[in-house]
Amino acid sequence: MEEFIQHLINGLSLGSIYALIALGYTMVYGILQLINFAHSDVYMMGAFIGLYSSRFLGIQEKPGLLSFISVLFISMVGCSIVGFLIERLAYRPLRGAPKLNALITAIGVSLFLQYSGQIVFGATPQSFPNILEDADLLALGGVHLTLFDVTIFMTTLSLMLILRYIINSTKLGKAMRAVSYNGQWASLMGIPVNKIISMTFIIGSALAAAGGILVGMKYPKIEPLMGTMIGLKAFVAAVLGGIGNISGAVLGAMIMGIAEEFVVGYGASTYRDALAFGILILILLFRPAGILGKLNVEKV
Amino acid sequence: MLKVDKLKVCYGNIDALKDISFEVKKGEIISLIGANGAGKSTTLRAISGLLRPKSGDIFFENKSIKALPPHEIVRLGLLQSPEGRGIFANLTVLENLEMGAYTRKDSKELIKKDMEHVFALFPRVKERLKQVAGTLSGGEQQMLAMSRALMGKPKLLLLDEPSLGLAPQIVETIFNIIKKINSEGVTILLVEQNAAQALKISHRAYVIETGNVVMTGLGSELLVSPKVREAYLGG
Repeated sequence: MEEFIQHLINGLSLGSIYALIALGYTMVYGILQLINFAHSDVYMMGAFIGLYSSRFLGIQEKPGLLSFISVLFISMVGCSIVGFLIERLAYRPLRGAPKLNALITAIGVSLFLQYSGQIVFGATPQSFPNILEDADLLALGGVHLTLFDVTIFMTTLSLMLILRYIINSTKLGKAMRAVSYNGQWASLMGIPVNKIISMTFIIGSALAAAGGILVGMKYPKIEPLMGTMIGLKAFVAAVLGGIGNISGAVLGAMIMGIAEEFVVGYGASTYRDALAFGILILILLFRPAGILGKLNVEKV
Repeated sequence: MLKVDKLKVCYGNIDALKDISFEVKKGEIISLIGANGAGKSTTLRAISGLLRPKSGDIFFENKSIKALPPHEIVRLGLLQSPEGRGIFANLTVLENLEMGAYTRKDSKELIKKDMEHVFALFPRVKERLKQVAGTLSGGEQQMLAMSRALMGKPKLLLLDEPSLGLAPQIVETIFNIIKKINSEGVTILLVEQNAAQALKISHRAYVIETGNVVMTGLGSELLVSPKVREAYLGG
């Protein structure tokens, strides 16, 4: 039982990180029907912006909640700019071109970020600075609830509540949903579609940055190709929940995180990564629209 | 108010509009009638900025709008309620109306007041306010689409096939409301396949055939014109 609870805690923590990244995939897909392969590299950039900004500010000498929040904030702002530029420079010129062109460009942007990352940051893994001191908050028998787990979970939860508020209750969020339903009709209402698309990239990239910081803290080796596997898993999470569906992405990510921890915890750790693809194959076979996704039926 | 001058629009190599010229004066209801594929909807899409004309020009209040993006054209007071109603099925009815008022900088109270005014025209929309728009019936969706466009305070309202696919009683209601909206000072450009109904409420009309304006006149004149009767009113 203790073991079970411990795996559940770890799974929720991992799932939270997947969720932060999966949201960016699903939001961009919802609005552009584009799988933004470069998204996982924005997450990598988030970790590196965190690394360099904490070095620059001398934050690693004084770990604490304040340091964590400042690094998180800087990285989120930095990645917003990265995300904005990717959309502006790489995807916007292809608006109106066949979807495949944008998809191939996305792969190109992803490779560009990975390998320029290797040139700029170096290919050898670097240790992520200690911006927050980990500690056991609760140790009941064999179950450990650490400060990191709680931080990861609370950070994710607060960002999701903010996101939820933006999407459901603000003018921007309503416009985002309108554009995702039909961009042309939205423009006929006076909604500046390109601006809304930029905002979607900005928000999605900021969330990925948070994921990058949290991963950096928990698994403190970061390198320019770190986005590949986690990005794929977050993408599978988005598909599992129903791509384009925000709550679906979170649900899918939690399922993925928990499932992965249980597979690892109960002795099949070599199948850790295979699990994601197993799940992907199963959804595509049995429920291609995902758990919460609907196949669009148009009413005439 | 609106002047379309020798408009030519192509889809690839195909000329959708060859030479379309017409004018809408303040306070009028003008309809464009013609068969399916004649170029009526294309004309509206070009006016709203969704399609770029190959040549010709479009003037709204004496200013050329042919190079403006759609959302800036809306800011000038030219709104379109698109074909197939164009409501956001994933948003609630209220949110759809808020999107109609997207460009307005007016106070919440003023927008609320306008919403009440729209509800007076379309009481059914008010009853459905909290509902997700995709669950409305076809007639209700059309009413919502028109209400939403009115929330943008249009000077000129473009209506693309408002009667499409609706039951006859509802068509009657919709056309009465169009007349009422017009009497409240909104100029209307109407595109319809239901030529008889459209001509009855129009001050003037233009007949479009394969991308050209082939005939024009008062609504009442065209309604009795043998040529129009034969081609569009079933003899």
